[in-house]
Amino acid sequence: MGHDSQKLAIFKGLLKFKSNEQKIWGVLIFLSIVTIIEVALGITKPQILMIPFLKMKLLNWIFIFLTIVKAYYIAWDFMHVRDENDGLKNSIILPLIILIPYLVFILLIEGDYIYDIMERGFVSWNF
Amino acid sequence: MEVIASKNDNNDELLWGGAKKPLKASYGKLMMWFFIVSDALTFSGFLVSYAFSRFKNINSWPIADEVFTHFPFLHGVDAPMYYVALMTFILIFSSVTMVLAVDAGHNMNKSKVAFYMLLTIIGGAIFVGSQAWEWKNFIKGEYGALETRGGQILQFVNTDLKRVSIDDFAIEIPTQRTTHTKSSGIWFTSESSISEISLSEVKSGFIKNADLLIRTELINSEGKKTILNREDSLNKIQDAEIIVRGANLIRNEYGNRLFANFFFFITGFHGFHVFSGVIINIIIFFNVLLGTYERRGHYEMIEKVGLYWHFVDLVWVFVFTFFYLV
Repeated sequence: MGHDSQKLAIFKGLLKFKSNEQKIWGVLIFLSIVTIIEVALGITKPQILMIPFLKMKLLNWIFIFLTIVKAYYIAWDFMHVRDENDGLKNSIILPLIILIPYLVFILLIEGDYIYDIMERGFVSWNF
Repeated sequence: MEVIASKNDNNDELLWGGAKKPLKASYGKLMMWFFIVSDALTFSGFLVSYAFSRFKNINSWPIADEVFTHFPFLHGVDAPMYYVALMTFILIFSSVTMVLAVDAGHNMNKSKVAFYMLLTIIGGAIFVGSQAWEWKNFIKGEYGALETRGGQILQFVNTDLKRVSIDDFAIEIPTQRTTHTKSSGIWFTSESSISEISLSEVKSGFIKNADLLIRTELINSEGKKTILNREDSLNKIQDAEIIVRGANLIRNEYGNRLFANFFFFITGFHGFHVFSGVIINIIIFFNVLLGTYERRGHYEMIEKVGLYWHFVDLVWVFVFTFFYLV
């Protein structure tokens, strides 16, 4: 990967940087803001976000969304996936975004099912 | 395509010898990516099994904010999350210095590469040290708890619903019991050292002190741990069988046993990655100083260790979310 092949814009071209070094600092600021939002939400735990949504609290969904946003920018800008060609990009990303959600899906369904069994079964777990 | 094989040319070297790069990345970088993808799947296996156990015990899982409340030099101050947030910033920052080192490498700027590598190493070392401190607090525990025969943890609160340490209310009962050693028995067994206070001391202290209530593992509809009334507490304390202090791989004072196991395993595995990353970075740092990459003509090695280092940061982002936030 040559030095001049780096793409210097983030947010779909909304934010353009003059040099690679500037882009790095820009991404750092963005990641820090996201982390600060996460920590602030984690400490204050606003009541309005504690409503259940798809089997979890809305706040937890927000945390997971922000985590994936952070992961995207770390991979794309720090690990330079943005500058790789499509073949390499896909062979890294596709296995992960297919296998991990699948694993999450089957194991969480199973965990929820076991929870139900332990709750409704005739065996006492608290003795 | 720049290279087209024809039967006249002897293009074996070009086609199969590694000269052709369909992904426009060198062999070493591709292998690093292979490793990262497989390691990412390993970590997701761990994190998903953590999620599985948590969903299985969704109504009794420990609340992270109540477990990780320490901050250096602030004794007795309830500071949930601040410390891990700090650790997160340290790791993100060391990721930035790493990527700056990669950038300096592209410009063949040896002294800048060395400087940023050094900063990265320092950041990584601080992170590993912070994690060790976190473990220390986790293992030591703060309040202590009792465990019932069914493996449930009973914690203690006063009427203001503030946690109370078992040391504070246990009353001393004079006893002759000493630690059993191999040399004093009729059979060659020994036991781990007896805790300063015994179960019966905690129990009778609890019964004497009318202000104390038991806090169970169960999470109520408001997302808080259920606190029994005095009468139920007095019944419940009779079920207690063992004193639990801090955490080990068998039981912990925070709640479900799996919680501590997953904490040790996942943060330990991640910490090991950071540690090995620091070692690799140190090796590369000295190679930079010796001018190895200057002579080689490119600083691609910095890029490769950079990939590994960012991956470790990436994993921490997920560990942070699923252990401390969610």
